Amino acid sequence: MLDTTALPRKATLPPPLDTRYQVETPEGIDLPLRPAGLMVRALAFSIDLAIRGLILGLMFIALAMLGKLGAGLASILLFGVSWWYMVLFEVFNQGRSPGKQWMGLRVIQDDGTPIDWSTSLLRNLLRFVDMLPFGYFLGAISCLQHPNFKRLGDLAAGTLVVYREQPLTRPQLPPSQPRRPPFALTLTEQRAILGFAERQAGLSDARVNELASILARPLQVPAPRAVAELNGIAHGLLGPT
Amino acid sequence: MKQSLFEHRHMAEWEQFSLLLDKLEQDSKAKGADNFLADYRRICQHLALARERGYSSFLNDALQQQVLRGHQQLYRHRSHFGAHALGFILAGFPRLVREQWRFVLAASLMFFGSLFAIAGLVYLFPELVYNLIPADQVSDMQSMYDPDAGHLGRSMERAASEDWAMFGYYIMHNIGIAFQTYASGLLFGLGSAFFLFFNGLMIGAVAGHLTHIGYGQSFWSFVVGHGAFELTAIALAGAAGLQLGWALIAPGRLPRAEALRLAARKSVLLICGVMLFLLIAAFIEAYWSSMTTPAPLTKYLVGAALWVLVAIYLIFAGRTHHAPE
Repeated sequence: MLDTTALPRKATLPPPLDTRYQVETPEGIDLPLRPAGLMVRALAFSIDLAIRGLILGLMFIALAMLGKLGAGLASILLFGVSWWYMVLFEVFNQGRSPGKQWMGLRVIQDDGTPIDWSTSLLRNLLRFVDMLPFGYFLGAISCLQHPNFKRLGDLAAGTLVVYREQPLTRPQLPPSQPRRPPFALTLTEQRAILGFAERQAGLSDARVNELASILARPLQVPAPRAVAELNGIAHGLLGPT
Repeated sequence: MKQSLFEHRHMAEWEQFSLLLDKLEQDSKAKGADNFLADYRRICQHLALARERGYSSFLNDALQQQVLRGHQQLYRHRSHFGAHALGFILAGFPRLVREQWRFVLAASLMFFGSLFAIAGLVYLFPELVYNLIPADQVSDMQSMYDPDAGHLGRSMERAASEDWAMFGYYIMHNIGIAFQTYASGLLFGLGSAFFLFFNGLMIGAVAGHLTHIGYGQSFWSFVVGHGAFELTAIALAGAAGLQLGWALIAPGRLPRAEALRLAARKSVLLICGVMLFLLIAAFIEAYWSSMTTPAPLTKYLVGAALWVLVAIYLIFAGRTHHAPE
């Protein structure tokens, strides 16, 4: 959205109204991360649960043939799979258990750095409390009321489940003659015009015209020509004029 | 500078950095990462420039992704697992236990206090055991420790494979209990207190009952060896849980969330030590306690030695500063 009152060029942008979580790195860069909500995490957990069930089922059948030794191994396996499955995957697979990988999630620490042994162990041990009194009741409540969707284990361990960054494809700008803007643009206005041009392919023609016509008067063009004018300015901002 | 010129100038560097990141994500020790730091800093600078100059969202997002991936690689937690583990076992763990002596004391009082109190009560008033444990479980216990017959008893040696089965079972069961005792401490310590009392009562009731009916010899000689590690470990797991709960009840000058995080960091280390103790306990339980050839006196002596060993380890190990590190 465009700001109604123009900001001075150097001003910092107002914080956006969304669930993004800003991490400031020591290099002085603000990295926005997108915490994952209850639904997608529940799905990821269900996938993990199914995988674990499958592993245990198959191994139990195999171990049943080994008699008493098999029973001992099966107990150790049950212990390993129920308490260590998540920890091992999170530590060795960049914070992604298979379910999380499938849903495009990963676990990181609060400061954006990768998860380590003790944090992963902590958040997965405390899962026991999240499951109380039944079916992730406490975890779900904690997750729903926290601004970054943390369950109790995440709160204690200082971890965060975020969406993984997806590969980007370069958007095609609609062809137009590069043009200079009729007046000096602020930073937000410049970003807005570029965003309008980059995202045009995903909008319907009617919506594109509607959006552009808002700017027809300040651009001093008739409403039907506003789209071409804006695209021209975007081209002008990107390349040589 | 116009965006297209900026992209044109630096595109090659960005692609190279992206390839390097791909390699590092596959294999953390990949070659060719000598210039990683400088490259990463340059990408950070490019991102700052792109933001400052109002370049398009696509370019900003692409650079941001690269910075994020680089950040993940640069601030990776390198663990020197072997060296850490040795230092922790030799000095770190007993030091931590001593540092948290208040919680250890409280948990021990809850666990051993309830254990001995109920054992004494059941010994004096034998019918009390049926208030705590269902009758069929009591008779199960009786047959298990029956000196004349029973699979833990003296009539037959267990096969090696059965030792294995019990080893696996003890690991799963005991470490599971320790984990529960610890984790439920998050509920303001109430969960840990509950599990400490509950386990203390159960074990105490069984001990009192079996002693009363005259199976004391076979019971005590069986449990005294691994009990040194197992019971201590349960008490320590409870102490770690109480520490979590206490951080919520009395966070001191910190916000509760922060206090909880700091307490959790420390207490999870205690749990690592607890796991080690329980592994040792499971080993002793499966391979030594179940042996029937040694005389009960030998078992008592070995058991006493193990208790003294645990006490010495927790009280004295790691007192000198320079030795283990």
